[in-house]
Amino acid sequence: MKKIEAIIQPFKLDDVKEALKGIGIDGITISEVRGHGRQKGHKEVYRGMEYQVDLLPKIKIETVIPDSRLDEVTRTISAAARTGRIGDGKIFIYDVQDAIRIRNDDSGEAAL
Amino acid sequence: MQSQTLNSGDNAWMLTSAALVLMMTGPGLALFYGGLVRSKNVLSTMMHSFALMAVVTVLWAVYGYSFAFASGTPFIGGFGYVFLNGVGTAPNADYGATVPHQTYMIYQLMFAIITPALISGAFAERMKFSAMLLFTCLWSTIIYFPMAHMVWGKGGLLNAFLGGKIPCLDFAGGTVVHITSGVSALVCALYLGKRLGFPREPMKPHNLVLSLIGACLLWVGWFGFNAGSAVAASGLATSAFVATHFGASAAALGWMFAEWARHGKPSMLGGISGAVAGLVAITPASGFVQPFPALLIGFLAGVFCFFMVTTVKGRFGYDDTLDAFGVHGAGGTLGALLTGIFATKAINDGLKDAAGHVLPLGWVDGNPKQILNQLAGVVISWVLALVGTWIILRIVDALIGVRASKEAEIEGLDISMHGEEGYNLDA
Repeated sequence: MKKIEAIIQPFKLDDVKEALKGIGIDGITISEVRGHGRQKGHKEVYRGMEYQVDLLPKIKIETVIPDSRLDEVTRTISAAARTGRIGDGKIFIYDVQDAIRIRNDDSGEAAL
Repeated sequence: MQSQTLNSGDNAWMLTSAALVLMMTGPGLALFYGGLVRSKNVLSTMMHSFALMAVVTVLWAVYGYSFAFASGTPFIGGFGYVFLNGVGTAPNADYGATVPHQTYMIYQLMFAIITPALISGAFAERMKFSAMLLFTCLWSTIIYFPMAHMVWGKGGLLNAFLGGKIPCLDFAGGTVVHITSGVSALVCALYLGKRLGFPREPMKPHNLVLSLIGACLLWVGWFGFNAGSAVAASGLATSAFVATHFGASAAALGWMFAEWARHGKPSMLGGISGAVAGLVAITPASGFVQPFPALLIGFLAGVFCFFMVTTVKGRFGYDDTLDAFGVHGAGGTLGALLTGIFATKAINDGLKDAAGHVLPLGWVDGNPKQILNQLAGVVISWVLALVGTWIILRIVDALIGVRASKEAEIEGLDISMHGEEGYNLDA
């Protein structure tokens, strides 16, 4: 099993969610996060005081999938989240040791 | 006798105006200032305005109204109205011949409340609450009551209409309210020093939506402030109402355009700051000027105050948290001086010589010397505010300490001073 952690632009969340649903990925967790990569932040000015805001709002999507679907899922997320501009985000992939469904103790890929 | 002189229309308007002016402090100023601070200080900042609604009222009832409006010396009133003795429903012909004396008293109280509340913008986020209370009691007594007497009290030094030696024109409080509060704010900012981390750490306004609501309530309340200063539901009240609205509108545009040119974007905060600056500057002029000079005064105030809170504050580096000096001190001074240019007897024919002839007012009436009278009012209010505020701060500091402890300031004054938080979103 693999865990996919995708950091994306907040306005791309709906597109990514729909695309994942379209290929049958049901379980996702999202969180509102702030951060930056190569994208520079923006400037805010309040009565002449300038603030450089370099931690920008992003959305983090986490989902765990069977190894066999890794390529398909990462390509789906990339395609849905891409604008082609700097700041589109990144996808990180981790190995997952096990998964357990709390309701009935299903484990492994059966729990996904 | 009494029923013949009272005018129910005038009284209705003056009671409405009194309520409008109170609304400027709470919730108007409380929201305007509260939105501009960080979320950990929102309640303490609002408390400054709210607490003064209570505190100044008590002072006013006991001796404040007397010190401001009873006859006394040219500099301060006497004890004639202490405990509101003799201030009843019968009119006082000097202050308002057609409304109960108590109506005038309660109307003036609302000015006495908002003036120290304006200062709180300079020491927000770092002053102890106890020090704020003591400071305000002393400030009202030593600076506000005498200044109100000098400009509006019978026999006051600067009162153009009731026997003053220097006829300074201040319709609704450019000197009394805005210069005294704005200049005192500068002294407070310098005396207290900068907030911890200023200007290195970001100190963004936590909720400009609150500030917008507050600024718009100030704008509406200001109709009571300025048009109410006619002390009658008269044509003069209408003139003041129109000038007030025109001044605010032009100033909002002035600040916004100046900001757009300088920083590339017109901001909401810039718009509302400009509107308040225009309201400040038109205050002394409102019952004396034609509509188009009002537009001009407003526009100039918007640009000038923008310059004061950006370039000048940046150059000198003082931490006037919410720009009480840059808006009220600067705007009040500009407005008081421009009143000397644009005041005209065509709007206000109240100034008469011994034979009853209407006297010219400002430069547009062919009386350029009025600018010197205005300057005298400006200088007196500046000096009183500078010296008086510094002395008061020294006294309060020696007695109980002015500034919150470092720990209290970092934790936020809401929790450290008041034991509560503004936003318990998960509660």
